[in-house]
Amino acid sequence: MRIPIETFTLDNGLRVTLSEDHTAPIVAVNLWYHVGSANERAGRTGFAHLFEHMLFQGSENVGSNEHFELIQRAGGTLNGSTWLDRTNYYETVPSHQFALALWLEADRMGRLLPAMTQQKLDTQRDVVKNERRWSVDNQPYGTWWERIPALAFPPTHPFHHSLIGSMEDLTAASLDDVRAFFSTYYTPDNAVLTIAGDFDPAEAKSLVERYFGPIKRGRGKPPLPDLSLPARFDSPPREVVPDDVRVPRVYITFRSPTYGSDGYYAASVAAAVLGLKKGSRLHRSLVRDQQLASEASAFTFDLAKGADLLIVDVTARPGISADNLERAVVAEIDRFMLEGASEAEVERAVALIETEFVSSLQSAGDRADKLSMFATYLGDPSRINTHVDRFRAVTASEVARFARERLGPAHRATLVYQVKVGDLVGVDA
Amino acid sequence: MTAAPPRPTPASPRPYRFPAFERRELSNGVRLVIAPVTKLPVVSIVAVIDAGAALDPAGSEGLALLTARALVEGAAGLTERAERLGTELDVDADWDTALLNLTVLSERTDEALGLLGEILTGPKFPEREIERLKGERLAEILQLRAEPRGLADEMLGRFVYASDARYSHPEGGSEVSISRISRNDVLEFYEARYAPGRVTLIVVGDVAAGDVETMAEAALGGWSKGSGAPKAPAPDTVARQTRAVHIVTKADAPQSELRVGQVGVPRSHPDYFAITIMNAVLGGLFSSRINLNLREKHGYTYGANSSFDWRRAAGPFSVSSAVQSDVTDKALAEVFREIMRIRTEPVSDDERSLATSYLDGVFPIKYETASQIATALANLVIYDYPADFYDQYRPRVRAVTAAEILRAAQQHLDPSRMQVVVVGEPDAIAGPIERLGLGPVATYDDTGRPL
Repeated sequence: MRIPIETFTLDNGLRVTLSEDHTAPIVAVNLWYHVGSANERAGRTGFAHLFEHMLFQGSENVGSNEHFELIQRAGGTLNGSTWLDRTNYYETVPSHQFALALWLEADRMGRLLPAMTQQKLDTQRDVVKNERRWSVDNQPYGTWWERIPALAFPPTHPFHHSLIGSMEDLTAASLDDVRAFFSTYYTPDNAVLTIAGDFDPAEAKSLVERYFGPIKRGRGKPPLPDLSLPARFDSPPREVVPDDVRVPRVYITFRSPTYGSDGYYAASVAAAVLGLKKGSRLHRSLVRDQQLASEASAFTFDLAKGADLLIVDVTARPGISADNLERAVVAEIDRFMLEGASEAEVERAVALIETEFVSSLQSAGDRADKLSMFATYLGDPSRINTHVDRFRAVTASEVARFARERLGPAHRATLVYQVKVGDLVGVDA
Repeated sequence: MTAAPPRPTPASPRPYRFPAFERRELSNGVRLVIAPVTKLPVVSIVAVIDAGAALDPAGSEGLALLTARALVEGAAGLTERAERLGTELDVDADWDTALLNLTVLSERTDEALGLLGEILTGPKFPEREIERLKGERLAEILQLRAEPRGLADEMLGRFVYASDARYSHPEGGSEVSISRISRNDVLEFYEARYAPGRVTLIVVGDVAAGDVETMAEAALGGWSKGSGAPKAPAPDTVARQTRAVHIVTKADAPQSELRVGQVGVPRSHPDYFAITIMNAVLGGLFSSRINLNLREKHGYTYGANSSFDWRRAAGPFSVSSAVQSDVTDKALAEVFREIMRIRTEPVSDDERSLATSYLDGVFPIKYETASQIATALANLVIYDYPADFYDQYRPRVRAVTAAEILRAAQQHLDPSRMQVVVVGEPDAIAGPIERLGLGPVATYDDTGRPL
């Protein structure tokens, strides 16, 4: 299996990847901007994501909410998402509609600001505040994904602060911020465009040149500070959170090699040995054998700069205390450090990762997103064709070495959710 | 700033057909549906077993789910063997059937089918594992009490259906019913409901039909057992007759999780297409009335939608949203305003064509992967669709008229009987909701006990 790839760069710096597949009349258009919450200035947490919402509010030649309507009327799907160091926008459309998706992306990259109004910003600010309530504040354990980066990255580090943002900072965001953010970061030389599926490459090139070619290059973006971090903590951080939950949960987080780096693959396999699916160590030991946990998993965050995070996530069975759960989780990690992994465990982990990766490439949208990711993070979309080989090359001894060197007590940031006193009713002790 | 090139006009659509499939049958009556799709070296398999939650005996709700989950337990290392083939064994029961889903690289199809045969034909059901699975289900039930979305969905089912209807109880059972289930119940359910004549195997991907038949015969052909009880009867769906508001307490909640719903219609209803388009205009799409109103006009929410939960018998219709607590009453008023409006005025041609052209155009995008195609073929089996259902889908969507949409709304949405569920902080929301005059307002704890 080999995904075909053709790349070129426009004079304004926009990097483009084309990947043909004519098995169905579908085209995916996918744009990654190399900006995320890490680029926010102090006092504006959550702005990168709020700005993503503004990109669906129209541009010079597109009305408010018309972007969604035009793509849906064309029979397409679309969305966008914001992450610590990138923001993506994507459409999958019937192939005869693919010029429309490109044109819409180009109109907002080139001509967003004429459509921006205070009223649109105010409404989207309310929508985003409700997104925060929905996904963080009113969800059991919902604060985990802002607490873990806050624990694992020091306060001055750009990955430390909340991606969804604080209510105060969202309130403070202004139209001036929108203008400044747009002209600094939403420029062709800070973006990667991928087109995957059933299109004619000559036509695609000419459309890309026509729609995106006239957009001016940016004036450069402020560099991020040095993001690299030691693997060990000076003093291993620990936070205990009483929450409106019915059973305790324990997260143990490690700084791990960045996504796609030489060390990443062994780290990712180690995470899978520990906690990918039901045959993993944590599940077998804590859920099946000892019956202390109801769920157990481990995964990497897949950050490509500074340090990635490897996160172990275990939820108690009713009646099991946070202390007992934490002791059992720590014992499993200690055992992994001592024993390493067997060949069979590595084989299981790699086989699962391979099926998942190959299977995801069936979808034009997923294929385009991965090509954009490899182009943005690693400067090379063709990494899509060697990614599985790199996992296959991981040996049990590399996994054992990673466990031994990177999972010790000085490498652990611990976050514990406890059942808030008063919510104990119904717990079978 | 640069001048914009003009908005492009579409070229003509390129042809698309839902993948061709063929039906075969093993010597013991297991049915096969096979769709060879050569795109990537991947195969997805779905086993559909007529053993869904609607068949749970009264008082033993959750037995179908527990039996399905217990199938993969016990035989030594089954989970690990499957995972070394690169696949997760995902077995669950929904209302209509038990389903086993897996995806493997195509070179491992034979081994995967072999494992599937072991799972279906020789479960061990060890006592210890059954007790563990019961414990895990009880943990899910307990955690749901603090999870507003799942809690609101469960409470809507409880308040929309009469208490003796199977659909008024959770699909996976309650604390009481789960605690009562024994290993013997699981064995009896398996003996009665798992038999070759009640199993359809769907195989989609980079594989030839003849090879699949040979492999499946080797894996399952030796399984001999009576044909099992006849096809599942549809459960009762008795609705409450009058509108009421049910506030389920979540102390200090910053948002109210809303559901407005009623008993819907069975999947086989002849109005299926009109209802689908009507719902798309009302709340099925991002650009639908309810989402544009609550999210884009008022900023009350991150999202709002409506849906019909399609089952063999009449599943619920519901509008769902999570709104900030202090606008709960205003958001409910807007939801009812939209439901009234779609019942009184015909939708505009613009709205109708947005919904039909979306569902028509997005059709190929819904079936890009072997797993998506296998699930579509599973629905063909579960709902007894005609063989050309997917070929007819797009023309039937395009043919729906504004008059049919209006009639579907008038016949199938009855705001005077809808139940309103709000998971939130009663102190903040009960007063304003009462002043809306929707009907009697009652308050409950997080288990649904009246306060």
